[in-house]
Amino acid sequence: MSNNPFYDPSLKHRHRSAYMLKLLSRLSILFTLGFLLFFLFDMVRTALPATWQAYVQVEVSYSERAKKFTRTAVPKEYRKVVSRAWLRNIPRQMEEDPGLLGTTQLLWVLADDQVDQYLKGHYHNLKEKEIAFIERLKTENTIKLDWNGVFFNNGDSKIPEYAGIRSAIVGSVLTMLVTMAIAFPIGVMTAVYLEEFAKDNAFTHFIEVNINNLAAIPSILFGLLGLSVFINLFGLPRSTPLVGGMTLALMTLPIIIVSARAALRSVPASIRQAGYGLGLTKLDIVKDHVVPIAMPGILTGSIIGLAQAIGETAPLIIIGMIAFIPDTPQSIVEAATVLPAQVFTWAGMPERAYVEKTAAGIIVILVILISLNATAIYLRKKYETKW
Amino acid sequence: MSVFTLTNHRRSYKEKAIVTLLVVASVISIVTTIGILFSILFQAIEFFQLKSFWTFVTGTEWYVSKQESVFGSVPIFAGTFMITAIALSVAIPVGLGNAIYMSEYAGSNVRKVLKPLLEILAGIPTVVYGFFAALTVAPAVVDLFAGFDITATYNSALACGIVMGVMIIPVISSLSDDVLRAVPSAQRNASYALGMTHSETIRNIVLPAATPGIISASLLGFSKAIGETMIVVMAAGLRPNLTWNPLEDMTTVTVRIVDSLVGDHAFDSPQTLSAFALGLILFVITLALNMVSVMQIRKFKAKYRINTL
Repeated sequence: MSNNPFYDPSLKHRHRSAYMLKLLSRLSILFTLGFLLFFLFDMVRTALPATWQAYVQVEVSYSERAKKFTRTAVPKEYRKVVSRAWLRNIPRQMEEDPGLLGTTQLLWVLADDQVDQYLKGHYHNLKEKEIAFIERLKTENTIKLDWNGVFFNNGDSKIPEYAGIRSAIVGSVLTMLVTMAIAFPIGVMTAVYLEEFAKDNAFTHFIEVNINNLAAIPSILFGLLGLSVFINLFGLPRSTPLVGGMTLALMTLPIIIVSARAALRSVPASIRQAGYGLGLTKLDIVKDHVVPIAMPGILTGSIIGLAQAIGETAPLIIIGMIAFIPDTPQSIVEAATVLPAQVFTWAGMPERAYVEKTAAGIIVILVILISLNATAIYLRKKYETKW
Repeated sequence: MSVFTLTNHRRSYKEKAIVTLLVVASVISIVTTIGILFSILFQAIEFFQLKSFWTFVTGTEWYVSKQESVFGSVPIFAGTFMITAIALSVAIPVGLGNAIYMSEYAGSNVRKVLKPLLEILAGIPTVVYGFFAALTVAPAVVDLFAGFDITATYNSALACGIVMGVMIIPVISSLSDDVLRAVPSAQRNASYALGMTHSETIRNIVLPAATPGIISASLLGFSKAIGETMIVVMAAGLRPNLTWNPLEDMTTVTVRIVDSLVGDHAFDSPQTLSAFALGLILFVITLALNMVSVMQIRKFKAKYRINTL
């Protein structure tokens, strides 16, 4: 070594520090990915029990008495085992099917959430006697865990086993329709103006600065705007998809504008020049050539904006979209809740049975978001043009 | 001839009308910003007519009850900055490390995999992070410190801060990644030509050149952290608590805003209006941070004549 004229004794140290930097940067990426994996694993693990729900086989007697005192429809020892919400539904069942009156039927009915939690091995507050009874039912095979259809068919409920996500999904869809109906046209028009028509003056610059600032304003402040302008000043109905959608539209606007501008900018100047050469007006060129060519890029950006709006919660809490909504909303001016707000409500519930439902709701949100993002990536790949 | 002029007239009217429509659409973003500012400002002024501004700025006690309310925002901002500081001490090193790995070490195939994964992390709604913080991270923190005989609460600032830090990692890493990649390759090549190792080039040439961009990314992360709502609403405390101990519960500006608006107070009561006073300060801080952030990135772009970014 020492006879090598290029040998530098500091080299060993320098290489070690080079190795350290690489190691550190690797560690940080591993930390990030590790967190993502652990997080997804933890959510799926928590949500998995929500796929099943306890059902119990019991003789239900549809008597005249059961219409008034629904608890009497099932034998006495079953009263703590069968879901209260299911019992409460008996009069409605009998109204819908008058033939039921006076009959006795052996049915699989929804079990109470405590029974459900006991069967899943979670925390429960059942008494010795009830546990013994459930164990007996288990040996008789008249109690089982089965596919939880309730979760997707029902709206929210204060009774955990009866709570579902349907009204929140419908609420989210309605809210997103309002959001996109407002944000997409305004966003695209702003982008077209700024890219194609605007002169390079103070007014244009002011709009650009504003859009940039709008993107940096915390989402909760948009909620304050919605509360004091849309609800208090315009008098629009509180807690509705209309107000929620309008508020989220203003938040999504900068995302759509920025991506639409990038898409318009990537359309080569030769397209425009060819249009002028054929005697088209500027408007014709933009409307018939530039915007259609940029459309895939605009759509990609809009989908990403939509994905962000779906997960947004804070401004919706401020405008009251965390109300308790058991029924599916029918229009945009009815009180509604949205998916993330439903997750937030459930996360605050004291019953243990809501934990798995919260996680299941989160999985639903994540599946929607990831498929939206995948669509965006697919669109981007498919229509990617190199000019 | 007359036919041509007729259609051309009609065309130019139509064109003018449409351009006007486009201008109107563009003005909506200005109206929104002004709308936010004024809707907050008016209510905040109303609040300061009821309660003293001086107490609000310097008071160390925030206390709301039916009989008497004291609004001193110092403990609330202290809590906000404590949680933000914890979040940034996670997010800046890790985010920067990610950016260095992505821009300097990762091959294009690895990048293709890593970028969407980081985008997934960026796309996770904050309410989900909040649930994760409350369900998994907070008990883990309590258990960890119980091992050292130190008591931590279940809504400690530490648990919140860590999860918020992870939330901000993609913000910092993606912008820093762009900035690092935008540093002209001539700079790197010159450094290699002088015999510097790869890591020396990164440390002595690339990072110093990209510093304004990294500062800009960090400021953006800072502004995201103080404006973040759901994580702190779900995992931080409600009690204004002036302390240096990150294992205690603290409250933040956004938690107070949500708490005072979801309760059923009258709209013109000081409790409700205090949310707007806090919102005004939040607005001013985030706007200022964004301005400085934009200035820094502009400085970087001007120095190296970069048009993209």
